[in-house]
Amino acid sequence: MDFELTNEQKDIQRAAREFAEKMFPEVAEECDLHETFPRALWKKACDLGFVGVFIDEAYGGAGLGFLEHALITEEFSRVDAGCGTILNTTLGSEFLLFFGREEQKKKYLPLLPRGEAIMGMAITEPDAGSDVSSVSTVARKEKGHYIINGNKIFITNGSIGDYLVILCVTDEEEKVKSKRHSPILVEANREGFEANPLKRKLGMRASDTAEISFSELKVPIENLVGEVEGNGFHQLMTVFNHTRIPVAIAGVGIARGGLEKAIQYSKQRKQFGSPIGSFQGIQFKLAEMASLIEAARALCYQAAWMVDHGKIDPKLISMAKWFAGEAGVKVIDEVVQIHGGYGYLGEYGIERLYRDAKLVEIVEGTKEIEKLIIARELLGRG
Amino acid sequence: MTFERVIISNGGKAGEDMDFGLSNRQKQIRLAAREFAEGEFPGVAREYDRKEEFPRELWKKACELGFTGIFIKKEYGGLGLGFLEFAMVMEEFWRVDPGCGNILLTVFGSELIQLYGTEEQKKKYLPPLTRGKAIMGTAITEPDAGSDILSVLTRAKREGEDYSISGAKQFITNGSIADYLAVFCLTYPEAKSRLKRFGVMIVETNRPGFGALKITGKMGIRASDTAELRFSDVRVPKENLIGGKEGEGFSQIMQLFNINRVIAASQGVGVAQGALDKAIQYIKKRKQFGQSLAAFQAIQFKIAEMATWVEAARALTYQAGWMIDHGKIDPKLISIAKYIAGEVGVKVTNDALQLHGGYGYIADYDMERFYRDAKIVEIYEGTKEIEKNTIARELLGRV
Repeated sequence: MDFELTNEQKDIQRAAREFAEKMFPEVAEECDLHETFPRALWKKACDLGFVGVFIDEAYGGAGLGFLEHALITEEFSRVDAGCGTILNTTLGSEFLLFFGREEQKKKYLPLLPRGEAIMGMAITEPDAGSDVSSVSTVARKEKGHYIINGNKIFITNGSIGDYLVILCVTDEEEKVKSKRHSPILVEANREGFEANPLKRKLGMRASDTAEISFSELKVPIENLVGEVEGNGFHQLMTVFNHTRIPVAIAGVGIARGGLEKAIQYSKQRKQFGSPIGSFQGIQFKLAEMASLIEAARALCYQAAWMVDHGKIDPKLISMAKWFAGEAGVKVIDEVVQIHGGYGYLGEYGIERLYRDAKLVEIVEGTKEIEKLIIARELLGRG
Repeated sequence: MTFERVIISNGGKAGEDMDFGLSNRQKQIRLAAREFAEGEFPGVAREYDRKEEFPRELWKKACELGFTGIFIKKEYGGLGLGFLEFAMVMEEFWRVDPGCGNILLTVFGSELIQLYGTEEQKKKYLPPLTRGKAIMGTAITEPDAGSDILSVLTRAKREGEDYSISGAKQFITNGSIADYLAVFCLTYPEAKSRLKRFGVMIVETNRPGFGALKITGKMGIRASDTAELRFSDVRVPKENLIGGKEGEGFSQIMQLFNINRVIAASQGVGVAQGALDKAIQYIKKRKQFGQSLAAFQAIQFKIAEMATWVEAARALTYQAGWMIDHGKIDPKLISIAKYIAGEVGVKVTNDALQLHGGYGYIADYDMERFYRDAKIVEIYEGTKEIEKNTIARELLGRV
């Protein structure tokens, strides 16, 4: 066993921390207020190699692992989770990386780490949230093309993405629901593609979220990710086993950033003649918060390390995800509490953490879905 | 603003990669510990709990198989392994029965001797422990000095070539069965710093003036011996002072706590895992409203939460144990592991009992014993409140 980060990993962590500390604070509030994606920041992060580190070298990435991706996400989220979502511009690349054909990988992957394209994946629909196999956007085959019709909702990068992987029904006749779907790559500039940004999100407002409609959208048959239809649902589960890790660690990052602010504040803030950090009630709170963070992080690193070593453990990944999500929400609640009125008002940037943290319990599988997965692994089916 | 690009291509992973996997040796040890506990404990656990008796036969067998004091160096009769391996064995033992599992605590205090003792002390006191020829304990707590250990009053007064020890100790593990004890004493009350007033004395329990009274009626871990001790002018030679230096006792004891808090944490993980195992087994069998309990989503969620807490506590415990074995003592991480694992033990045994319903409440199903046993982890080796104090101090410094 070895619980220590390598020197290379520590360097990456430090570089990510410095970048976030220097670059995020000046834009974070603005992006949150106006719900704008920090495009210049994203470009800069690409220049420095932070985006898509898990993409193979052959396709323009650094060929590192999801643990390294997680380390960067943690440091970014620690400073500002909204700005940290610039790392999500590779969302969906996992589909291509794991299941795509060689020419698809060559065409679509290298642009992402270079900052020349933004990607997304569109799974959720108005009536298919956690119940993914109910996705009903249809791709029917016609003379060497797919014609896509349907609606997607809550799609990250939906209105800024250059191309998206869309989960579609390709075989409506198939009796087994989980064998009806296929991922199809769709360029956003195709006719019949319409995306409307969804405004007034609770948090993570620097991240773009949109609803998308496809009407008679035509893509060549070559845009099917991989060679065969019908594996979309299972492929998505594999993708989730990877994408849940950065989401989980974002919970840890937010909580860490919040804890640091609470520590600083409780040393400065004087009430009843002494810093509030000298009160045992506050000390115990801080101790509990730090313990939750440490536990969440231990699960996340372990899950990420396992993924990078070919040992995909859906139970552990789901544990990391729900635990880190809940830890984030709990810890930030206490961070606001410790800051009192100052935490509730905008200018300290604390209330933003409270709003941002909540997303981890919802996106990439709600915590209820995580618990179902854990229980299924423990109990078997039925 | 300019930044240097740090992220370059991988170029083949470095050899010193992180590793969350157990080594084959560790897997073997864990498996052996599990098989031993599963083979030996279930038949006797309830009886030892009821009678509040130390399972002497089990202890002897565990010694023969090498489970006791595996962290003691080979030259002193141990296996020369680490505290991580000790924690793993403890976890497996507690998973089957916490009371019986505490046969591993018969080396309690040997950590001090191995770390700080003179060569003669190591040679004399360590080998009998792993061979099953002697039982040890550590006596720190007093009636009026619990968490506040600097208030210890038991006095070891230098008189010629001897020390004369007088005082009283309370809640001492192995107190009435030990052959010798490491006793935390006030050796140098004149020292200006309160932290420099103490020394740890090795006291053989057959010395005149030593008295131990077994405490009965403990809530849990009743197979583990607990006693109150009395020292009335107990004479020990000056060679019995650990390390031969007065005034080092407090920092020595803090180091002992750093180690044994990880072991206590592994107990919390073990009892929780054992309760979880039993709960999973039970809810798959138990049928109500025409289906197994396991088919109800509320029950599934509960099980998922229990398992996640166990996994989190284990991850912290292993990490803290690994750090100690690699010379990186992190009191914050250790206290976090101990506090979380203690609370997880209590939470998870409570949930597991709840899932068993009425059957959980009666002795036949073992759940009620686990429920009683788990609570100790939140109390001994530093209450969870003390753990939180430690964590907060590391976070805040002295405010």
